[in-house]
Amino acid sequence: MAREIAWLWWAMLGGATALTALVLVLLAMAFGPPRAVRPRRWTHGLGLWLSMAVLGTTLAGGLWVGERILPRDDGAIEVRAHARQWHWEFTHPGPEGPVTIRDELTIPAGMPVDILITAEDVIHSFWVPQLGGKTDAIPGRTNRLRLTADAPGRLRGICAEFCGLGHAGMRFDVRVVPAADWPAALIAEEASE
Amino acid sequence: MTDATADRTPAEARAETLAIPANPPQRALALHRALDRVWRNDRGWWGQVTAVNHTTLGLRFMGTALVFFAIGGVLAMLVRTQLATPGGAFLDTELYNQIFTMHGSIMMFLFAIPMLEGLGIYLLPKMLGTRDLAFPRLTALGYWCYLFGGLILLAALLFGVAPRDGWFMYTPLSGATHSPGINADVWLLGITFVEISALCAAVEITVTILRQRAPGMRLTEMPLFAWYMLGTSAMMLVGFPPLILASVLLEIERAFDWPFFEVARGGDPLLWQHLFWLFGHPEVYIIFLPAAGALSTIIPVMCRTEILGYGAIVAAILALVFLSFGLWVHHMFTVGIPHMALAFFSAASLLVAVPTAVQVFAWIGTMWKGRPELHLPMYHILGFFLTFVMGGLTGVMLAVVPFNWQAHDTAFVTAHLHYVLIGGFVFPMMAAAAWWMPLVSGRARIRSLGEAAFWLILVGFHGTFFLMHLTGLLGMPRRIDVYPDNPEWIWLNLTSSVFGFVMTIGFALFALDLVLQAVMGQRSRRDPWRAPTLDWSLALPTPSYTFASIPGPRQLDRPAGAVALPLARGEGLLPGAPRPRRELLVTTVGDARPDHVALLPGNSALPLAVAAAIGSFVLLMLAGFYALTPLSLVLVAVLVWCWGRGLVRQGDAAPVEVAPGLSLPVQTARRRTLGWSGNLCLLLANGTFFASLIFGVGFLSLVAPGWPAPPARAADAGAAGWVVVALLALLVAAICARLADARQRNGHVSGRPALAGVAGNAVALVAIAALALLHMDDPTQHARDALRGVLAGYAALHALTAGGLAAFAWQQLRRGEIATRHGGALPTWRLWQDFAAATALIGAALVIGQEALG
Repeated sequence: MAREIAWLWWAMLGGATALTALVLVLLAMAFGPPRAVRPRRWTHGLGLWLSMAVLGTTLAGGLWVGERILPRDDGAIEVRAHARQWHWEFTHPGPEGPVTIRDELTIPAGMPVDILITAEDVIHSFWVPQLGGKTDAIPGRTNRLRLTADAPGRLRGICAEFCGLGHAGMRFDVRVVPAADWPAALIAEEASE
Repeated sequence: MTDATADRTPAEARAETLAIPANPPQRALALHRALDRVWRNDRGWWGQVTAVNHTTLGLRFMGTALVFFAIGGVLAMLVRTQLATPGGAFLDTELYNQIFTMHGSIMMFLFAIPMLEGLGIYLLPKMLGTRDLAFPRLTALGYWCYLFGGLILLAALLFGVAPRDGWFMYTPLSGATHSPGINADVWLLGITFVEISALCAAVEITVTILRQRAPGMRLTEMPLFAWYMLGTSAMMLVGFPPLILASVLLEIERAFDWPFFEVARGGDPLLWQHLFWLFGHPEVYIIFLPAAGALSTIIPVMCRTEILGYGAIVAAILALVFLSFGLWVHHMFTVGIPHMALAFFSAASLLVAVPTAVQVFAWIGTMWKGRPELHLPMYHILGFFLTFVMGGLTGVMLAVVPFNWQAHDTAFVTAHLHYVLIGGFVFPMMAAAAWWMPLVSGRARIRSLGEAAFWLILVGFHGTFFLMHLTGLLGMPRRIDVYPDNPEWIWLNLTSSVFGFVMTIGFALFALDLVLQAVMGQRSRRDPWRAPTLDWSLALPTPSYTFASIPGPRQLDRPAGAVALPLARGEGLLPGAPRPRRELLVTTVGDARPDHVALLPGNSALPLAVAAAIGSFVLLMLAGFYALTPLSLVLVAVLVWCWGRGLVRQGDAAPVEVAPGLSLPVQTARRRTLGWSGNLCLLLANGTFFASLIFGVGFLSLVAPGWPAPPARAADAGAAGWVVVALLALLVAAICARLADARQRNGHVSGRPALAGVAGNAVALVAIAALALLHMDDPTQHARDALRGVLAGYAALHALTAGGLAAFAWQQLRRGEIATRHGGALPTWRLWQDFAAATALIGAALVIGQEALG
């Protein structure tokens, strides 16, 4: 998922750089003697058609990536993330019932995981920058976010929506374990808590 | 908004206006003395209190906005100091939260909006060829509301109780549970107080542009700046009411525990977000359009040519006005809205870039067409192009949903919005300052100081914010005060902080340049830029009455420099001040044919008194003395009554000769007065407020988690009876208003229908009170009941207003102030009475529908 967003970003950055350069070159060329100009070439040609073409392409790219990273109903593992001022509670489906761990999310590598995001008090936002987009935790609602971590390791997650005094410190760890170790790692984690 | 004249073709109308004969030239000095005696402010400091003149107030708006810009800038520097190091111990978190909240709120509400209002207030009469805005006392009221609201916010900052929940005030964080104390109330009440000034400005700017253009200045030929301000003021009329409603609801929730945003009792925090961004996104274009208007004015003259693609630019403005109301959801891409709905708002957000691109390329094409001259305004224009194009392109990126999920609420967005707002507003405003300072001060600028300020600001700005894109992409969220675990952000933040101070030095130099120019610049010659617009035909600095004679068709086709003398010698229309009163010409909306002469009120302390009365309401609410607030409201009502009485003129209502052989009636003999147009604008804003309330009822009923509500008590027969009584009474009052109005026009002036109207509204009030006290459920129980309480309150307030207008008209009838050719308050009463009846009917139908379906 993060890979797809990165791909989109580099394409848009390239396009934006080219357009900025175009505008600056046109501006530089304006300094000089008056020229005969065709008004419609500017307002319609560049203003309307060029921008429509660029924006149409951008929209298509965005929709395509957006559809690909959406959660689907395919029986992915579901982990609950419950936010409150100012920490996170992650409830994992363990082999012997749910395993709840504070400020640490444990997920298997290489498998899609759906995070079901809820909030206790005010609005928070669940974000692991290296895994992809963020989704808000809103009182009264459950939001679903699909994540896939490529390789085992430790990542950092943060609260991305301003939530009061403890906002800056409302962080959590993400432990990505090999898929084979996943439920066992949970039990070990719970025991150490 | 005018008497129908559809049977005239444009060509005939033009020929007719052109046929207005010229007035004979007079001695300019004599005209100046007579006019100045009528139009000037009172002497001394009291003269500043009673001033209603648009030049005085426009400058005062802009000057005050600059002071708030400086305060907001200092707050930004405190933020940058805190973030320069990862473990910043400069501010504690509580104070840091107050400071970034106040930085955003001040820059949006106390700098940008009042600045553009001030620019429009100052310039429009001068550009359109009229003497003042349509409602001078309203200009002053707007200023005092802005000043008092701003001072309340500043006082809160000094006493450490400033708002601290972000400038967007998301619930439930800003609700009573999570934000105890008065911090959030200061924001809700203070900002709403300031928004009164935005509505005042929007009403009078709209009316002035549509109805006070110089005769012959057709809508399709007016200066582009006026088109931009018309778009802005229309957006303000429609854009501010949702935020005002949201603030009112949240304040009621905080003060009286009526739930609107609390999930457990049927509210929804997303209702706040929808209402806030329904305002918040158009707000961006409200800020951008006047700046773009300045650019469209300055660029062609700086290139010694005419604007390219006038029609395309007007179309682009209209497209922006409409599109900007369709993309608020792009601030809410991460709240869990289905992807296909997001796709719609994503497409709308991208589409809004098209009209912006049309304008940018029209400006560059204009520069190709002419020969650009590199004066100081052009420096700022080039700074605008560089900055704004980049900000626009990052905006396009953010409109793409998957990228938004990544970048939302990070420093990338902080960078984007500063590129758009400083690029799209501050740079053009600095160009405008360099451009119009000779008009304001009558002095030429001091060499090279402005250029130095420009380079410092440009380098400082990009040094601060360019890297912030990267900081955001590296994962730094907004609104954090420390980042001890992220060494990779340190050098980026330190660099931003250092350049932030460079930018601040640049702005200080810019301010110094303005002051030095005003104090010690050499006297500027008239029309230094050789511009085509009427503002430059005025003497420098501009006189109190603006135009000694109103420009007519003869003066409109010539450059400003060529018409200065004829206008000063009274060769235009309505020359001088032969009658000791403030007169200006009202024209028709489309082709600006002379319609009548409006008599404006003079200097008055009433605006200050009204603003102070509203201020007492705000302070009583803040102090929690809720029981005393009705006293303030009574005071406001009494003062508004006096305000209206001030408009009733006993004086000479004879027609006025505006040119040889052309006599026009004064406003009292017309139905479609400026006041009538102003009331229509106000009702447009009011209708948007009501529509937002209906949206809130629908949204909570259908989308909020805590529904259906517990069974209502309201369904019984007694409640239905009172609803019917209230609706019938309002209907009867509306019929009375029509009757009174029709009778007056037919020459049967009688007080009875007006008295019956007063009685009808009184019965409606009693019925609504009975309904609320005897039959409605406890509004603290569930959002459904709270919203019904608000609907009943809205209906009661409007019955009260309509009843007040009926009483006012009745008094006018009794005193014989309403005659066959003079309707007094009758047309206004009729408008408001219809509105009151219609909204009450819709509200009742909604509640009945809820009961039937629920």
